[in-house]
Amino acid sequence: MTWSVFFTDSLLCRCVGITVTLWWTLLIFIIVPAVLGVSFGIRSFYMRALLKIFKWATLRMEIGAKEKNEELYKPYSNGIIAKEPTVSLQQEMQALRGFASSEFELADILCFSRRGVESIVDDEVTKCFSAQELQSWNLLTRSNYNFRHISLRLTVVWGLGVLLRYGVMLPLRVALATTGIILLIVLSTLVGCLPEVQLRSKLSEEVHLMCYRIFVRALTAIITYHNQENKPRNGGICVANHTTPIDVIILANDGCYSLVGQVHGGLMGLLQKAMVKASSHIWFERSEAKDRHLVAKRLSDHVADKNKQPILIFPEGTCVNNTSVMMFKKGSFQVGCTVYPVAIKYDPHFGDAFWNSSKFGIVTYLLRMMSSWAIVCSVWYLPPMNREERESAAEFANRVKSAIASQGGLVDLVWDGGLKRAKVKEDFKKEQQKLYSEVLVGDQDMGDQYRKQLLEET
Amino acid sequence: MGSNKSSVQNVPDVQELIQETGFSASHLQRLYERFHLLDRDQMGRLRVQDFEAIPELAGNPIGDRIIGAFFYPGKDSVDFHDFVRVLAHFQPTDSNTKRKSEEVYNSPNRKLQFAFQLYDQDQDGKISRAELLQVLQELLGIEVTDEQLQSIAERAIKEADLDQDDAISFEEFKKSLEKVDVNRKMRIGFLS
Repeated sequence: MTWSVFFTDSLLCRCVGITVTLWWTLLIFIIVPAVLGVSFGIRSFYMRALLKIFKWATLRMEIGAKEKNEELYKPYSNGIIAKEPTVSLQQEMQALRGFASSEFELADILCFSRRGVESIVDDEVTKCFSAQELQSWNLLTRSNYNFRHISLRLTVVWGLGVLLRYGVMLPLRVALATTGIILLIVLSTLVGCLPEVQLRSKLSEEVHLMCYRIFVRALTAIITYHNQENKPRNGGICVANHTTPIDVIILANDGCYSLVGQVHGGLMGLLQKAMVKASSHIWFERSEAKDRHLVAKRLSDHVADKNKQPILIFPEGTCVNNTSVMMFKKGSFQVGCTVYPVAIKYDPHFGDAFWNSSKFGIVTYLLRMMSSWAIVCSVWYLPPMNREERESAAEFANRVKSAIASQGGLVDLVWDGGLKRAKVKEDFKKEQQKLYSEVLVGDQDMGDQYRKQLLEET
Repeated sequence: MGSNKSSVQNVPDVQELIQETGFSASHLQRLYERFHLLDRDQMGRLRVQDFEAIPELAGNPIGDRIIGAFFYPGKDSVDFHDFVRVLAHFQPTDSNTKRKSEEVYNSPNRKLQFAFQLYDQDQDGKISRAELLQVLQELLGIEVTDEQLQSIAERAIKEADLDQDDAISFEEFKKSLEKVDVNRKMRIGFLS
């Protein structure tokens, strides 16, 4: 009896011992390169291998579906309906009645009702706030629509994938992330104690980069930076499209930025306090954040000091699902300094990075991220932009937004990201009413412009 | 974790809906997902607020009327069946070749009925002058004066009202729209 217990005990001990040693070796294997900024190319190899497996998986599903004589459900990222190329209300009305008549017709309601129902079935804004759909399956349950077509072989592969992701990768990543956070807090505080400014700023940069490199490995983020000659410099503001809180890690991995944000409590608050000891970040109390002048002043004070790092801001104000860019809030464009636009585009095949804050809390979201295959993204540094003479801040913001959208291959939308939670303003309806009234009351072509001017003057 | 994407098996009474509305299984699949996306509190039914949350619809001058068209009188929420039945009106007329009767949702007659009901809010079978004025008010807002509104309504009724009862009945409405290609105007291209 005791002999068997002893045997299992020592076996258990040995197993635990091996696991721990393995763990530590792997940890060192990853942390040391992170500290030194060296890469072994393991991640790109991993990525290529995964892509091959995904292709195979989709192929197997198609074969499975064909055998059953069914169609594989392919989600359309283009939407549910075939939308005509954006015809304005005026053009549609004129097509309806011919250029002769500009009187009200009972049939006009057909046009409005169709537009209304079209927007119920498919609109630009609502779908920005839900995760993108994939054409091929990436062996994650969360993105599969074709459960019925999974063969036994595929299920086994999927099962292995689950084991790998949750059993090996997730604990490893969590361990890495914890190490990173502890290092960041401890080292930042230590560096902040140094009296000499030069040394302090140099060291804080090193600490910053080192810790963010660890975070990047904790997420298995495979990032490609383009046009690094355009990297943001001191005394400027860096703006980027916002998909997830991880955007900060992606960008901070390649350069030092001053972050802007609200003061949080708990672990986040601790991090914020530690970070601000080593380098200057801009943290606002909740009450201060509402005061636009105060915000603007702190931003301009910061950029005026050429020794301070560039500020990182996400002007959309909310997370959008990386298929489009929503309206940029003009606050950061009013400061009057150089703006460095950055476009970030995630590859959804390896793990959907979008944070749907109405569906998941931050912790659930991070766990999902750490149990995906990887986070693959591309970062483009665009050439710096300055506000032109006659340009208003809002126009400047739009210009930057278009540049980012076209570089990242994203749709450029005029809608405000705040529509995620708030209702649209009355102004939009009034604009539609105005357009319609112009169709009815105004004359065609030349007369139209003249009429508009007259109406505006009276 | 767990998947929250529905499969066709989750669409309730899918065969019945296919027969009734003429949508294909994959159409219904997509519409079901759209329904879920709009259903913010995941109750399985849509309420007025869920529709009002769509920015493009909120900017449509007759947005509230269109929303109202989904709700049966007395009910304050829409289930997937009701949702799809209204959308079926906007299918192209020629698509549903299985049932050529007048019962089909996307027949020209049913489309016209839908449009008529947008005007005729009290469902008495006639568009009264007051109802017409109301629609014009919604479409034009403050852009035109009251006198202009009155004159537009006056003209519209005079042209359409054949039996001189100061209101437009459904038959008169149909006659007034007989030159309009209703199928083309009230058609949404659902991708399969």
